[in-house]
Amino acid sequence: MAFKLNVNGHATTVDVPPDMPLLWVIRDVLNLAGTKYGCGIGQCGACTVHLGGQPVRSCLTPVSAVGAQPITTLEGLSADGTHPVQLAWQDIDVPQCGYCQAGQMMSAAALLAKNSKPSDKDIDNAMNGNLCRCGTYIRIRQAVHKAADMMTSASGKTATPADRNQ
Amino acid sequence: MKPTEKTQIQRRSFLKISALAGGGVLLGLVETPKLKAQGRGGPQAPPVPNNFIRVAADNTVTIVAKNPEVGQGVRTMLPMLIAEELDVDWKSVKIEQADFDDTKYNGQSAGGSTATPTNWTPMRQVGAAGRALFIKAAAQNWNVPESECSTASGRVMHSASNRSMTYGELASKAAMLPPPTLADLKLKDPKDYRIIGHTQPGTDVHSIVTGKPLFAIDVKVPNMLYAVYQKCGVLGGKVASSNLDEIKKMPGVKHAFIVERPEITGAVVGDPGLESGIAIVAENWWYAQSARKKLQVTWNEGPRADQSSEGYAKRAEEMSKQEPQRPLRVDGDPDGALKSASKVVEAAYTYPFIAHAPLEPQGATAHWQDGKIDIWTNSQQPGSGRRMVAQTLGIDEKNVNLHMVRGGGGFGRRLTNDYMIEAAYIAKEVGVPVKLQWSREDDMTHDYYRPGGFQYLKAGLDASGKVVAWRNHFISYGEGERFVSSGAMGPTEFPQRFIPNYGLHTSVQPLGIRTGALRAPSSNAFAFVIQSFIDELAHAAGKDPVQFRLDLLDSAQPLPATPPPAQGGRGGFGPQGLNAERMKGVVQLVAEKSNWGKRNLPKGTAMGVAFHYSHLGYFAEVAEVKVDAANKVKINKIWVAADVGSQIINPGAADNIVQGGVIDGLSEMMGQEITVEKGRVVQQNYDRHTMMRLAQAPPEIEVHYLKSNNNPTGLGEPALPPILPAVANAIFTATGKRVRSLPISKSGFSWA
Repeated sequence: MAFKLNVNGHATTVDVPPDMPLLWVIRDVLNLAGTKYGCGIGQCGACTVHLGGQPVRSCLTPVSAVGAQPITTLEGLSADGTHPVQLAWQDIDVPQCGYCQAGQMMSAAALLAKNSKPSDKDIDNAMNGNLCRCGTYIRIRQAVHKAADMMTSASGKTATPADRNQ
Repeated sequence: MKPTEKTQIQRRSFLKISALAGGGVLLGLVETPKLKAQGRGGPQAPPVPNNFIRVAADNTVTIVAKNPEVGQGVRTMLPMLIAEELDVDWKSVKIEQADFDDTKYNGQSAGGSTATPTNWTPMRQVGAAGRALFIKAAAQNWNVPESECSTASGRVMHSASNRSMTYGELASKAAMLPPPTLADLKLKDPKDYRIIGHTQPGTDVHSIVTGKPLFAIDVKVPNMLYAVYQKCGVLGGKVASSNLDEIKKMPGVKHAFIVERPEITGAVVGDPGLESGIAIVAENWWYAQSARKKLQVTWNEGPRADQSSEGYAKRAEEMSKQEPQRPLRVDGDPDGALKSASKVVEAAYTYPFIAHAPLEPQGATAHWQDGKIDIWTNSQQPGSGRRMVAQTLGIDEKNVNLHMVRGGGGFGRRLTNDYMIEAAYIAKEVGVPVKLQWSREDDMTHDYYRPGGFQYLKAGLDASGKVVAWRNHFISYGEGERFVSSGAMGPTEFPQRFIPNYGLHTSVQPLGIRTGALRAPSSNAFAFVIQSFIDELAHAAGKDPVQFRLDLLDSAQPLPATPPPAQGGRGGFGPQGLNAERMKGVVQLVAEKSNWGKRNLPKGTAMGVAFHYSHLGYFAEVAEVKVDAANKVKINKIWVAADVGSQIINPGAADNIVQGGVIDGLSEMMGQEITVEKGRVVQQNYDRHTMMRLAQAPPEIEVHYLKSNNNPTGLGEPALPPILPAVANAIFTATGKRVRSLPISKSGFSWA
């Protein structure tokens, strides 16, 4: 069955079964490798992408449920690693194995898009669905704050450490 | 450098120089590969230089990373050692992953925290040899003494005449020079390090954050098909009947076939390699997986279908009431000393089977053509995988080419290569490239599990509170004198040598599931038991837990002059036991950093301490935890003190790994248990075998290194074991509840 998709700003058509999870369409049909398979049941968050700006688990999202909503994958944040979340993840050198980090960054980017100064509590809430088997959580927290700082300072505002404890 | 290491390296390595097309130079070590174990067959291949360093005429420096990368940072760390001594700028270095080739490289594996101790000297020597060569080339060019030349940033300088040349400009001349002798090379004074000891970001971090295809699951080969492999839930089960003909007609399915393998026999199953099952090969993975869900199989389950966790526990309890099957070690007279002790403390500890569950489920891509096979693998032990592939396919090992790709976590799961062998077998059957991809359910139900176990401990204190006797009945799995993989306890396990009357006895029962090494094998369970029980003794003696441990460490018998032969599961990781002074150092450091005993904590909040020696690393850890009335546990803070030698090679990465090891240990402690019913593993996915999540993770894990005058050793594994008892001991102090069974969720605890 043919589905029209908008992935990272590009319109494309795929011919796949309607129940095929968006994850496997992205990975095996559209050949975008960033989005990862970890559990297939929405427990680990490695497959997180944005659907209409909202973070979703692509392993549980049948392609037929996407409709006209634009899809953003890690590759859609920026191809050259210059999105603030990608920059912060590099600056803090968050990854160990790196396998979960696409999902972590997509959850972080979705959080920062609606909350430019997240507290630790906000981060806990937004990022709790993303497992990191290597245990990089302390750096993930730091990187989300750093990305927030980069985004606010780029728009002329500054965040103070006190803001984080709100 | 210890003299024994020096001679070892001299004996098996020498430098080889070759010219590179276009005026560059290749520098490699010729390393005599380790002698192959008997029975592996085939003549020894001649050693080939491995070309660790490539300097092109345009001064581009490429350094080869030889080991498998599964998140431990070795793809960055080993090249750092070479680059430091070569004296080039780290930013200018390109890193290239080697394929597996044991005619070129030694030790291409990821296990046992061994990469640092085994490569610390040889990798620096390769770099230093390169630097010496460029100096020689420049000195000859300028007709000046070598001693007047210096290097920096990939350039040789002669300051007296204000001349300099890049390594690239010198490369074609360097390629014609005789190689220096490795043992004569002068290595840098650590105070001059500009790369070692300075945090360098992970080699692949940019590719990770931009989603580049890096991992085994990302490998694509033209005309590739996708496979799943369905095995019986009971180890060794075979297909009796199935609806395979229907499956073959399902959308996208190209091949579906039964694989029949020999019986798996014995009470210790070891590593059976390729097991019986059904392969489904389709146009994409989703088609293969969808077809598999329609599979209806009647299995001939074989002799293991009656095994259960309940049965294992019942048998262990029976054995605990009987005389142990055999002693592993007896010093003095433990039974006599227990009788005459002022106080006897007795406790039974248990810990479960647990799964590795790295986030990237197992998978490999294989391409069979013309009697040879190419495999893209994230194996931690590609050498043994290659051997098993060759045996399974009936071909020579030289016809198996392994391309090493990044692994999405390892933790020991990828030391075994069952999935690589499955991919190879299926690819040979279908004759086109095949990517085999396991589901998470495949992974969790077909692991080589950390073995569970039972320890029945008894210790005696004298009137002064000193431990005078220790007796452990260690109940594990195996048959006769053979333990299952990672199910052994070594005869010198702590506190042997620290207590005059020490008895370690064992009993084993048969096991019908596969077991293997999980990060800090055996230590990940034993530290919990031993350091919790020592805490019980400290409280029984009315002593402070830190001081009690320091006193115990002070009672060491000297190490034997010649180490006893490695027995049990500790071979190669210091079977002679720990150095008491080094351990005291980290216990004192962690007590100081955590302000042990000097802080007023509110009711329900307490600190716990533990130490453990494994994989040559000395770690002591303190946890501050808060436990509320509903037994919800909040980790306020953790302090880690480590002695892994004189140098932390990549400090930022080291902190990350140590913190990750602590969090891994916390996950194991709270939420992980694999159980068996009717011969099958019950838990299928992360919902029933849980990991710590971000909101539960400690806000802070302070890591302190005690630099000691010892060669650097690894820290991927030894950071983990002490955290479990440190937290359990803190919970006891906070609540009065002593937890003797893992996971602690079974005792009613949960994360706050």
